[in-house]
Amino acid sequence: MEFIVISLVKAAIVAAVLMTTLAYLQWVERKVIAHIQLRMGPSRVGPHGLLQPLADVIKLITKEDLIPPHVNKFFYLLAPFLAVTMALLSISVIPFGSEVELFGYKTWMQMTDLNVGVLFVLAVSSMGVYGIALAGWASNNKYALLGGLRSSAQMISYELPMSLAIAAPLLLANTLSLREIVQSQGDHLFAWSIFKLPAPQLISFVIFLIAGFAETNRVPFDLPEAENELVAGFHTEYSSMKFAAFFMAEYANMVTVSCMTSILFLGGWQPLFPVSLGSNFVAPALFALGGSLCLYHGLHPARRKDRYTLPVFAAIFFGIALALLAPPVARVVMPLFWFAAKAGFLLFCFIWVRGTLPRFRYDQLMGFAWKFLFPVAVLNLLVTSLLVAVF
Amino acid sequence: MTGVPLSWYLILSALLFALGVAGFLFRRNIITVFMSIELMLNAVNLSFVAFSYQLKQVNGHIFTFFVMVVAAAEAAVGLAIILTVFKNRETLNVDEVNSLKN
Amino acid sequence: MDVILFLAFAAIAVVCAVNVVVQTHPISSALSLIGVMGSLAVLYLLLGAEFIAMAQVIVYAGAIMVLFVFVIMLLNAGAESRRGRSLTAQLLGIPGFFALLVLLSYTVLRLFPDAAHVKFGGFTGGSAKDVGKLLFTEYLLPFELTSVLILIAIVGAVVLARKELE
Repeated sequence: MEFIVISLVKAAIVAAVLMTTLAYLQWVERKVIAHIQLRMGPSRVGPHGLLQPLADVIKLITKEDLIPPHVNKFFYLLAPFLAVTMALLSISVIPFGSEVELFGYKTWMQMTDLNVGVLFVLAVSSMGVYGIALAGWASNNKYALLGGLRSSAQMISYELPMSLAIAAPLLLANTLSLREIVQSQGDHLFAWSIFKLPAPQLISFVIFLIAGFAETNRVPFDLPEAENELVAGFHTEYSSMKFAAFFMAEYANMVTVSCMTSILFLGGWQPLFPVSLGSNFVAPALFALGGSLCLYHGLHPARRKDRYTLPVFAAIFFGIALALLAPPVARVVMPLFWFAAKAGFLLFCFIWVRGTLPRFRYDQLMGFAWKFLFPVAVLNLLVTSLLVAVF
Repeated sequence: MTGVPLSWYLILSALLFALGVAGFLFRRNIITVFMSIELMLNAVNLSFVAFSYQLKQVNGHIFTFFVMVVAAAEAAVGLAIILTVFKNRETLNVDEVNSLKN
Repeated sequence: MDVILFLAFAAIAVVCAVNVVVQTHPISSALSLIGVMGSLAVLYLLLGAEFIAMAQVIVYAGAIMVLFVFVIMLLNAGAESRRGRSLTAQLLGIPGFFALLVLLSYTVLRLFPDAAHVKFGGFTGGSAKDVGKLLFTEYLLPFELTSVLILIAIVGAVVLARKELE
């Protein structure tokens, strides 16, 4: 009984946090891209556009839910549902932090730990392709069909280097459970599998990240929705909440790939350097730095409103920094902070790449997967297994 | 709680296999015929895994694994053949692919 | 709990399998087949075969069926025409199906009247470690042979698909 209640509470918390993250990821992306392109980004709704996601959600819900004629209705409606379900499902096995004790209950900051966790994530992500392929097919539209075909070919192709890149760190960790993978890595940079002896996994980290970009259909691999050739690809015919479902699926996949990368290669919730060297003070220091920056810009405002908004942010940041200094809070929050920092950095990389790189051509995309990534991944796996076997 | 009798799993496997045979015999679309074969393979896999439970051995799992590998190889070649057939005859109906008969 | 889970997923599997056979459009059949594979994966989990369950989803549902759906979409295959059915098939089909089913079930029930009762957690030897150990020791030769088989299949598929370009 207790187990069921705890699981339900955990599921509710994870769902709420994930949904908020997905909504605000969109805001972060627009802001970052805007600053890369020397623009302001969303700034009308709320201070610094912070209420923009809410406005977007209201807009998408209240839009007319259009079903075009001549579509295959059942599959047309099934596709976004499938895409978003498969995207959200894999979060359930991601460990966000170590074991915590709250109100006398000991529990892991993870919804469930499967001893085939890595395979589960792979399986669920391989099912995600159906949502996109079906959407393209059921829309009864040439552009959508082309987008769906492209995306299924792309996702099948990039799944291979991705699986091979996952296999290499698994050789070091010697387990398939995501929790144990994190535990097998130590609490400093050179004990993470990316730099861990005897076989540093830098190459497979890069391969995994590239394949992850392709799996989530992000720039530079966003050919399924290339707007200058395919209008909007597989979701051309989708509007309102069905479009939002695809959007949410894409962002949820981004979050999953970032979490998986940080678990497999960057030590999950393990800190950058040991607690004994003071890694618990990194988070308060960062928040204090952010607070001081806000305060400085609030005192030298670029816009009139900044005089009122930025000091409020500064106060919030200083408050968080102070709270993090308290040992009981730090014990619970620090693993979460390190995990969120790594995943957040990777998410920032996703956005950064989008603001920087142009799109691949289709033959380049396929050639890159089969002629470059795949052989390199095989070679890396071979070298890793030799090193692990010898040492 | 006594659990499920193993024979239920085996009967389910038999049912799926019989459905696969039915699809293989009655359908005319070559892709659906091919999918019926996959259904039969799946049914057999279920009985492999069920017997593995009964005998408390992993060997059944290994056979299931091999069946999957063979099915993957078969699907790759079979679908390539289907593509070629469609290219040459522009039909997927198995009854119309009969140039040897006439 | 075991009985409920078994009945639920067995029902899904049977309904989807019937759907595979009776649907006229290949893409509906393909998706029903994915449903069968998914529910079989859950049944494998109930039987303690975790690794095989995941391999089932990754290999069957995630790779083989994607290939099927891909080909169906590529050929833009329409619904199957209903003409040209032989009288023998119509007359013998359903009775033949039930005869086969009854025969198989009868054999099963006669051969295993007091077989083990399946309980979740009753067999825990199906982890990736156990399967891998057996695969790379006792079944090493068949394993290597399958890799040759896959190589042949790849070469065959490439040769067959090459013709398309000419």
